[in-house]
Amino acid sequence: MTGIPTLEIRGLNKSFGPVHVLRDVDFAVKSGEVTALVGDNGAGKSTLVKCVGGIYPMDSGQCLFEGRPVTVNHPKDAAGLGIEIVYQDLALCDNLDIVQNMFLGRERRSGLVLDELSMERMAAETLVSLSVRTVASVRQQVASLSGGQRQTVAIAKAVLWNNKVVILDEPTAALGVAQTAQVLELVRRLADSGLAVVLISHNMNDVFAVSDRIAALYLGRLVADVPATEVTHAQIVELITAGRSGNLGLAATSAADGDTDLDDGNGAAR
Amino acid sequence: MKAVGTAVPGTTPRAGQPTVRSYAGNYIARLRGGEMGALPAVFALLFLGTMFSLAKPVFLTALNFANLFTQGAAVTVIAMGLVFVLLLGEIDLSAGFASGVCAAVLAVLLVEHGWPWYLAIAAAIATGATIGLMLGVLVAKVGIPSFVVTLAAFLAFQGVALLLIDNGKNISISDKAILTIDATGKLTPGIGWALYAVAVCGFAGIRLLRRRSRIGKGLAAEPLSVVAFRVGLVAGILGLAVYVLNLERSLNPGFSSQKGVPFVVVIIAGLLILWTFVLSRTPYGRHIYAVGGNREAARRAGINVDRIRISVFVICSAMAAVGGVIAASRDNSVDPNTGGSNVLLYAVGAAVIGGTSLFGGKGRVLDAVLGGAVVAVINNGMGLMGYSSGVKFIVTGSVLLLAAGVDALSRRRASAVGLR
Repeated sequence: MTGIPTLEIRGLNKSFGPVHVLRDVDFAVKSGEVTALVGDNGAGKSTLVKCVGGIYPMDSGQCLFEGRPVTVNHPKDAAGLGIEIVYQDLALCDNLDIVQNMFLGRERRSGLVLDELSMERMAAETLVSLSVRTVASVRQQVASLSGGQRQTVAIAKAVLWNNKVVILDEPTAALGVAQTAQVLELVRRLADSGLAVVLISHNMNDVFAVSDRIAALYLGRLVADVPATEVTHAQIVELITAGRSGNLGLAATSAADGDTDLDDGNGAAR
Repeated sequence: MKAVGTAVPGTTPRAGQPTVRSYAGNYIARLRGGEMGALPAVFALLFLGTMFSLAKPVFLTALNFANLFTQGAAVTVIAMGLVFVLLLGEIDLSAGFASGVCAAVLAVLLVEHGWPWYLAIAAAIATGATIGLMLGVLVAKVGIPSFVVTLAAFLAFQGVALLLIDNGKNISISDKAILTIDATGKLTPGIGWALYAVAVCGFAGIRLLRRRSRIGKGLAAEPLSVVAFRVGLVAGILGLAVYVLNLERSLNPGFSSQKGVPFVVVIIAGLLILWTFVLSRTPYGRHIYAVGGNREAARRAGINVDRIRISVFVICSAMAAVGGVIAASRDNSVDPNTGGSNVLLYAVGAAVIGGTSLFGGKGRVLDAVLGGAVVAVINNGMGLMGYSSGVKFIVTGSVLLLAAGVDALSRRRASAVGLR
């Protein structure tokens, strides 16, 4: 569990015009761990993810992948490194089946034509390896799947490509109780199989159920990055809403007027 | 979703093979879910065919049967191109007049400049591709809705055709090779049967090979009886068609014998196979469906969405050019109204009647052929029954509306049973 983080962000700043969305964010994820990224709406979670995914360019800051400095300027750079983001809206094509979705944009081919057989096999094997038993056939159209099954397909797609970092943006937001449990189980299995997993969630139960570490964003700053066992539910809620909780988070003064740009808030918990 | 979670065939690589029963069950479930595929078009063909043959026995003659193909060919080919545009949820209203412009290019080069037929055809198709490139760039790169771009082109191409053929003149074509395409060309009965044998054996071979390799890899495959049924169906329908087309259809055989499969059928079959292969077997075809199903998902998957969008307009207009060449051949001439009036609506109607969705993401090239057959039957049958053009327009318009209604309702149906 120790050693070099799979993905590390240092001193990330990002502004949209006059709005300073991310301030000197340091963020690291290790293989085999689920790191929960929590924060209120507008705290900067999505922006952070999109910077990592190469959708937004970083204004300043450094990105280290397995200890090497890398630049991620395009989604393809991120994919090339093995960073996969499973977006909230899933990005699946309803009119294609599970296999076609899992290989979309990266179809295997033999010569000019699609190699359907090996794709179907690999998709089926991936689902089996994730102990997914809820889909009847990998040739089912995604349109016919339930919310939980779709989420499963989206996550399985991330696994199929031997990624090293999988970022899940609110994977359980639209799911029922049983399906949430299934997806969380899957998230845990991803980490146990050696991936670095980032879980973005508003649901504290989910966060505490599967996370190893919890990182809290507050108004664009990372105010805490702590092992999940060392904090309580209430503390995390306080960190999300007020930016501090006891000795965690921003210093008392700066938390009172959260906009003053003091660096001591960052990673104060480390 | 209740059945889900119990059975797992297909998920595990060594799952049991599906039976005929489970196969039929799946098919019926899909029908109930509003996924009717080619069924409405097939029923329409059977219904209309029966009606017209009862009302006008002439409809069932070999001569009329052959006419159906030569009359419907141009619209069908244009509809094949339109399927690509419709798959992205776009529309090309200019396809009709694009075919007219390309036919005019063909005629002018052939007759006024004395080009050989093959160069003239190549130039016509190149013109079509260029038109498509222009439309595609305006839609994908500039971002004007395809409806507006192609509506503007619809008007402009009318003008281009007029200018190309000196204000309303009629250029008649006498080049033998061009006329062969859709006016005079026929296969001898022997060659017709030989091609039939190749087609059926090829179809059966592909199906059986696919089945074998799927079973070899431990994947679920069609039951043998389903394969046999499919092959039998294709062999039966094609065989009947070839048989009828090989009957003597000249009223005076001693004077000039008229039998054999019209050459244009070979062209349509070739294009059908080519584009079906592209859509269902190549990554490019897969990406077209993906962009039509969820453009954002396709973009995130690294697919160059703009390039796909431009390319379908190129294919559509190039196919319109082929349609224009066929129309020029059939009419022995090109005038500024070639590809005009109802050609576009017939072509869109053909694609939609065949089962291609106007909402994008769903459709096959075969749809255009089946729908084209329906349109040709309506047109031909109503002509035989002596209805005026006015009635024909109204009926075809109603059928197009009906098909679009079926499309929209089957979508609702699909969402009701949780399929969309």
